[in-house]
Amino acid sequence: MLVLKENKRRRARAPSLRFIKAAVLTLGSVAVTMLGLLFVTFIIGRVMPIDPVLAIVGERASQSTYDAIYEQLGLDKPIIVQFFYYLFDIIRGDFGVSLLNARPVSEDIARVFPATMELATLGVFIGIILGVPLGVIAAVNRGSWIDQVVRVIALVGYSMPIFWLGLIGLLIFYGILGWVSGPGRLGIFYQDIVPLRTGMILIDSLIAGNFSVFKNAFSHIVLPASLLGYYSLAYISRMTRSFMLEQLSAEYVTTARVKGLSERAVIWRHAFKNIRVQLITVIALSYANLLEGSVLTEIIFSWPGIGSYITTALLSADMNAVLGGTVVVGLIFICLNILSDLLYRVFDPRSK
Amino acid sequence: MSELDVNQVTWREWLLTDEPTSRRHARLANFYQGWLSLRGNSMAMFGLGILILLLLVAIFAPILSPHDPFEQSLGNRLQPIGSENHILGTDSLGRDILSRLIYGSRITLYIVALVALIAPVAGLLVGTVAGYIGGWADAVLMRITDIFLAFPRLVLALAFVAALGAGIENAVLAISLTAWPPYARIARAETLTIRSADYISAIRLQGAKPLRIITKHIWPLCISSLIVRVTLDMAGIILAAAGLGFLGLGAQPPSPEWGAMISEGRRFILDYWWVATMPGLAIFTVSLAFNLLGDGLRDVLDPKDGG
Amino acid sequence: MDLLSVQNLWVKFPTRQGIFDAVSGISFNLGRERLGIVGESGSGKSMTGRAILRLIQKPGRIEADHIKLQGENLLDLAEAQMRSVRGQKISMIMQDPKFSLNPVMTIGDQITEAFLLKGSTTKAEAWAKSISMLEAVSIRDPERVMRAYPHEMSGGMGQRVMIAMMLMPDPKILIADEPTSALDVSVQRQVLDIMDGLVKERGMGLIFISHDLNLVSEFCDRVLIMYAGRIVEICEANKLHQAKHAYTKGLLNSLPRLDRPRKRLDVLTREDIWAKTDSLRSL
Repeated sequence: MLVLKENKRRRARAPSLRFIKAAVLTLGSVAVTMLGLLFVTFIIGRVMPIDPVLAIVGERASQSTYDAIYEQLGLDKPIIVQFFYYLFDIIRGDFGVSLLNARPVSEDIARVFPATMELATLGVFIGIILGVPLGVIAAVNRGSWIDQVVRVIALVGYSMPIFWLGLIGLLIFYGILGWVSGPGRLGIFYQDIVPLRTGMILIDSLIAGNFSVFKNAFSHIVLPASLLGYYSLAYISRMTRSFMLEQLSAEYVTTARVKGLSERAVIWRHAFKNIRVQLITVIALSYANLLEGSVLTEIIFSWPGIGSYITTALLSADMNAVLGGTVVVGLIFICLNILSDLLYRVFDPRSK
Repeated sequence: MSELDVNQVTWREWLLTDEPTSRRHARLANFYQGWLSLRGNSMAMFGLGILILLLLVAIFAPILSPHDPFEQSLGNRLQPIGSENHILGTDSLGRDILSRLIYGSRITLYIVALVALIAPVAGLLVGTVAGYIGGWADAVLMRITDIFLAFPRLVLALAFVAALGAGIENAVLAISLTAWPPYARIARAETLTIRSADYISAIRLQGAKPLRIITKHIWPLCISSLIVRVTLDMAGIILAAAGLGFLGLGAQPPSPEWGAMISEGRRFILDYWWVATMPGLAIFTVSLAFNLLGDGLRDVLDPKDGG
Repeated sequence: MDLLSVQNLWVKFPTRQGIFDAVSGISFNLGRERLGIVGESGSGKSMTGRAILRLIQKPGRIEADHIKLQGENLLDLAEAQMRSVRGQKISMIMQDPKFSLNPVMTIGDQITEAFLLKGSTTKAEAWAKSISMLEAVSIRDPERVMRAYPHEMSGGMGQRVMIAMMLMPDPKILIADEPTSALDVSVQRQVLDIMDGLVKERGMGLIFISHDLNLVSEFCDRVLIMYAGRIVEICEANKLHQAKHAYTKGLLNSLPRLDRPRKRLDVLTREDIWAKTDSLRSL
């Protein structure tokens, strides 16, 4: 009396077709969103009150020079054509030239991006290591003082201005206690010693086997990473708690208890297993949030990442750099969202 | 307890009734019972209290503030907390920090009020239109919403302000432009649920035009989810505004905007810590208050989302 | 000797309006028989089942003179000892296998888990035993089912898997909490027959909790009727028509019967006094 659903047999015959269709649709959707994103940045770039020609030629240039550059930049063409030029440039990786240092923006971004990545990754790592267990404990001991403490920690995290907390952190842990190093990524004496392979100093110094550089890099990164980690923790613990509460009131948890399993096995082997997929989404989103948070954090800690880059460019009205940075961050944001969606589908047996 | 003789029933009993006599009665009763429920939540009440305090401080700023927030006194620079005349000390130009905080509350309220007005309304419009009309309008509007959602909020706000120029109105506009998408999503979801209800079909058969249906029937039901969301988002909006202020992109100096005050005090953090710390505490307090109130409102209006 | 003896069982929940008694002082015994507990929602029947297994979560409380399993009072046991009672000596199946089975674990993992808990068996032995258990509940392709996930199965099959899973450790008592309420009528009978066969074969006691008086009276040997946390009637299933309590009579009268067609079915009226009298003591 095998009553496995009919669909399964039908699906087994042509899985690839459905999958391809889903993949194409998703890709198409992503492409449209990215296109829209680029359009928005393009419009922002055109809306600025600064004349891009003047920015290049300077105020004392002659009219003919002005006209020549005007044509060269393609500003005489209709907007749609300009947008397509912009699009092609972006696809080729050409974000224009930075006004500040006359170097291609793409080069600049490639240089600063690993710094942000290192910081954000460490931050998310801290957030997961601390946030997930805290969330589980809070859910399991719902209503107890532990639960309240975790909620307060998360609440404070949501309410605190990150740049202010960073400042206070510097004051206390660097200024007063001297436990960590101050702003910047490496002390002066340690710079340019270790060859850059990944751009992430912690990894590169380990690869090169240079522990003093590693230690110095660590003492510089620990405070900003902890800061970001705290924000990540606030979000992750709150979501974990919410997910676990949902699972702990499910019938299969009762079944597990009826079987005589220890409470530990019930929590981790049954309930937690059900939230793993959701947690992956949460982590991806948290990573994306940290990219945002790093913008202000990097300023406080003089961290040479993409956040600093955008804000410095912004204050000098270097629109190419600002937009280039915005596009890159926006694209990564989109990719992370897509990734979390995909991972969800891959790992949840119900969607197979 | 269904005495309909109003003379014999007290106000409280009337509002707590299980059997309302009219639509107005039902609405008032709902409101009152919701309020009682909220009142039981001490954290939410604490948040509400702080916000009322903020409002009062902003309104009575000229009376409460001991000094003129713009008055500089270079001989009096960087006085510590607890100095005479200056309870919270002075900043790098000798201005009284407490007075600047008090006047800064006006700026904070101004930003909050404007964004709270623009973003949810814009989102409501987009969302209900998309949800009700459906089809290609829905697809296009939702795609636009997704595009704006695809940007990290602060970065997009930065880019906008970079283009439009610094200033408090532009900051408000930039924040609103990044804040409206979630409201559109909520409004659309609610609209889709309500649209397929039988009573909507009923009034449509009676000849109700879409505009009337949207405004009189769909909007009121979206309001409660939007209110909860707005209150919860307020904290993030304040933090974003403070961030922009910190970067010098919000209210321009010598305006006593709290974020800008932190930036001014940053240089002196190690030796004169109060200059940057006090405004940060103010931001934190207001943000916390909104979060507490928002959590409480959510428990009252949307209990299943709590935990 | 009775398998189970429950005396003066109370299940209390503290609420904002005071203490709520989900179960108010009931007593009954269970031998190697099929005992039905019938009641409407809120009558406390499910709570009784869970209380026996001491599965009531805080802040709920269980109070009783005793709950004796073959002479041993379960209320005296520490939680760790109670865990070895659960599953091994008393088992429970619940209403909907869609929800009572873990959606992200394969059936095989879930069934063998119960068995591997018991003692020092190897995975291969556990697997083999599971297969034979699945065959005992009339599942035709047990290998495939072992590797499947719960959402891939129909209701009837899922419930049979639950039965297999819960009976594998060879418990003395099975509590079935609305086991067929989520199933199609056509499948209900099959599942009940399988359950019945296994219970008889192993000489187990069965507590069958349901809201369906008809079903219970056909299937069980004795019936307890619960209302507002109290037992209002205890009788043998075939003597149900001689029921004394007004509630039982009301329930029976509100069921349509082919052999005694009536113009109008009676509406069941509930008297407040029923919720205030003490529970009936078991014979």
